[in-house]
Amino acid sequence: MSGTPVLQARALNKRYGRVVALDNADFDLMPGEILAVIGDNGAGKSTLVKALCGAVIPDSGTIELNGKVVHFRSPIEARLAGIETVYQNLALSPALSIADNMFLGRELRKPGFVGQWLRRLDRSAMQRIARDKLTELGLMTIQNINQSVETLSGGQRQGVAVARAAAFGSRVVIMDEPTAALGVKESRRVLELMLDVKRRGLPIVLISHNMPHVFEVADRIHIHRLGRRLAVIDPKQYTMSDAVAFMTGAKVPPEAALAA
Amino acid sequence: MSDDTAGSATAERGLQGATEALASFDESDAGVIRRVQAFLHQFPTSIPFIVLLLGVVIFSIAAPSKFFAPFNFSLVLQQVTIIAVLGVAQTLIILTAGIDLSVGAIMILCSVVMGRTAVVYGVPVLIAFPLGLLCGTACGVINGLIVTMLRLPPFIVTLGTWSIFGALNVWYSQSETIRQQDMEASAPFLQWTGTIFKPYDFFSKTLGLDWMFLKGWVLTYGSLVMLILAFIIWYVLNRTALGRHIYATGDDPDAARLAGINTNRTLIAVYGLAGFICAIAAWVLIGRIGGVSPQAGQTANLDSITAVVIGGTSLFGGRGSIVGTLIGALIVGVFRNGLALSGLELLWQDFAVGVLIIVAVTIDQWIRRISA
Amino acid sequence: MGKWTIMKAAFAGLAFYGAMASASYAADTVGLITKTETNPFFVKMREGAQAKAKELGVTLITAAGKFDGDNDGQVAAIENLISAGAKGFAIVPSDSKAIVPTIKKARDAGLKVIVLDTPLDPMDAADATFATDNRKAGMLIGQWAAKTLGDKAADAKIVFLDLATNQPTVDFLRDQGFMQGFGIDVKDPNKYGDEDDKRICDHEISQGDQEKGRTAMENALQKCPDVNVVYTINEPAAAGAWEALKAVGKDDGSVMIVSIDGGCPGVKNVEAGVIGATSQQYPLKMAAMALDAIVSGKIPDIDPKMGFLDTGAQLITAKPAEGVTSISVEEGLKLCWG
Repeated sequence: MSGTPVLQARALNKRYGRVVALDNADFDLMPGEILAVIGDNGAGKSTLVKALCGAVIPDSGTIELNGKVVHFRSPIEARLAGIETVYQNLALSPALSIADNMFLGRELRKPGFVGQWLRRLDRSAMQRIARDKLTELGLMTIQNINQSVETLSGGQRQGVAVARAAAFGSRVVIMDEPTAALGVKESRRVLELMLDVKRRGLPIVLISHNMPHVFEVADRIHIHRLGRRLAVIDPKQYTMSDAVAFMTGAKVPPEAALAA
Repeated sequence: MSDDTAGSATAERGLQGATEALASFDESDAGVIRRVQAFLHQFPTSIPFIVLLLGVVIFSIAAPSKFFAPFNFSLVLQQVTIIAVLGVAQTLIILTAGIDLSVGAIMILCSVVMGRTAVVYGVPVLIAFPLGLLCGTACGVINGLIVTMLRLPPFIVTLGTWSIFGALNVWYSQSETIRQQDMEASAPFLQWTGTIFKPYDFFSKTLGLDWMFLKGWVLTYGSLVMLILAFIIWYVLNRTALGRHIYATGDDPDAARLAGINTNRTLIAVYGLAGFICAIAAWVLIGRIGGVSPQAGQTANLDSITAVVIGGTSLFGGRGSIVGTLIGALIVGVFRNGLALSGLELLWQDFAVGVLIIVAVTIDQWIRRISA
Repeated sequence: MGKWTIMKAAFAGLAFYGAMASASYAADTVGLITKTETNPFFVKMREGAQAKAKELGVTLITAAGKFDGDNDGQVAAIENLISAGAKGFAIVPSDSKAIVPTIKKARDAGLKVIVLDTPLDPMDAADATFATDNRKAGMLIGQWAAKTLGDKAADAKIVFLDLATNQPTVDFLRDQGFMQGFGIDVKDPNKYGDEDDKRICDHEISQGDQEKGRTAMENALQKCPDVNVVYTINEPAAAGAWEALKAVGKDDGSVMIVSIDGGCPGVKNVEAGVIGATSQQYPLKMAAMALDAIVSGKIPDIDPKMGFLDTGAQLITAKPAEGVTSISVEEGLKLCWG
């Protein structure tokens, strides 16, 4: 991998009382790659990701997006900067329709007086765009863009959340345990979705416990241990058991893979 | 372990053919009940609508000459207007998974502020009326601020403000009634909502139309205010971003926040708007009783919740509609009026309303289970 | 339930302890407990008591239930008065049966207890009861209505706007009193709804509320379009009924409304011709007499047949009827409350 990282973090620290969640943690995401972040429970990977998407404000350290230092105070700010996150709970409103959910918090208004003064939503435009985005990702087997999200299966919901992130994320898409709640078939589909998104040029940060999934789609694997980056490995050169051994401290990674 | 990778990958690849249909809606095993559930899920107001029609049919048989007449329907409409307006406010709150026990108290306080300021203190109604609207909005915003800033459950907050607004009412009103005649002399505008309006006469005089089906209907401007208000709030809920945010906030506040909605601002807007609507209800109340009675509306809180719930809006937030609430208010009005005209003892009115509430909530629970 | 009251009573108690601490020879303390805080009848009663307390140089502690029927709030208020060492108190009981044990506790502790407006069940559980004779108040308006209608009383169509489904004492006393005065066979004098007089067209419940009074009258009009006499439990219900009549053009004098209470808005409505006649009661006097009795320790003589001291009710009308004693609107306005 070469060039400047899309998203980079240096020496992030975060403490909760006496618990150290991030201890001088570094992070690099290269353009167009899928970077998996793995780590044991409590290793601080979720805090790391939250810091990157604005949900947690680190005590110290810097985050750079395309070489520019950024300070996110909320997920909304990160989103405005082009970082979209697919949360584990998906952040979808079950009772609202697919189209409503895709545009939740960034609805389109009709042009002119009706939109400006009567605040009228441009529903047809939102439905059209939603349908286009789902079609792009091969999800348009969903018949009705106005059916409520709660009538969808788990995989379909994940699809809607991914499509939303892919549609609006201009720089980075972060996915938190996207396959954790899904069956075999549905996980399969979501992994393909991720590769689709990658093909469209968007880099993805994948947080997952599922080693086969990680090894299948990731270009590089960031191993987090004890609040910091332990190593970054190439999945083609290591096995899953190696990765697990590094993650749990059973094995020390070779010098070349060690984080700077 | 590397064999595992290959193995599982192969196994998963074997499923590829089957995954194509993943995102399509599986309907093959949908039985009749399941389909009814799906229908109700899509059109939740159909149940209250059917109940309303049933009520009309039953009472038309039980009290044929008295009940089934345009004039009597007009009466029912007038009788439910106040509760319907409060119900609109309550719907907004309940959609956010909250509840407002103070709507009745806000209404009475506003009616006292409007009436007493104008009649007793002689302030021009041009000032007294907006003052009342402001008072309602302020009460609502206070509710909203406490709910969001102190993160207290709306039930507790509005239980408290119910008492507070009630005490302010006693303080400002001195428990003194304002008579219809005094109101008429110094602030007739406040009674405008009680003015009678005959649609037939209106259309025949202004447009020369002879619409026989409008004969016998006697509305008040209050009912028109209610309908216009309901339309505006329907528009806000269904055609603006705020409306979508209200639903999302009630449905799953965490998800809404993560999706970028400022849920606190949404909640404050909702409570403020609800307070404003309560002030409109105060105006309608003054029109209906002709004056101001600080003791009126003691049951308005629960009546408004009843209308909302019977109208199919979920107490768990995120689903429901204004149309449902209007129908809910009408159901209560039709049952009360119908049972009274059928000569049944009053306690059966309360009994019937209770049954309706429980049935409504049961159906709501059942519809919600569709996703399971 | 009754949180508000309890807090108020607690504050009153605290204030009293404060007074005790600063001066052990502090003035006597007396209490007044009403059903609710807001009803103008009780507001006026409180004003009467406050004026009297000032005159007698005693400390007055007031308390009330949160709503009509709030027994718990009143129990707490009595307990506070006992622990505050009050000399006695006057109470308008919310629940005339449930409050009896607590009142017995207070009397055992040496407090004088005067019950106002609504007698206890049994009545002798209190030291004395000062109240309006509600049956007599009802009879006055019944007699006036019958006399005013003259021959037409024989085929009157009467609508009753009563208080509540469970017919509380004051409800049936006023209703049945009206019937007796009007000349209707009441059957059981302690219950309405069992009569078979053809002139009774409808009973509706108004809850004494102006808005519900209007709704009740609207429904009654559907059943009895040719109504010409409306009995109302109180004046807000009467004002509501008037709005309903006005909406159908029956505000032309064709329907006679009678009521009971004598609040100032009610008396003004008599003046305006909305209400034909109303029976006025005297809450100020009730409270003042009670305080006198508690402070002096002298209970006035009470007619044992009645069981309570009648504080009086007077008929107010602009059109006096022969043989029915009444006072003018001007006099009524001087005596009115609320």
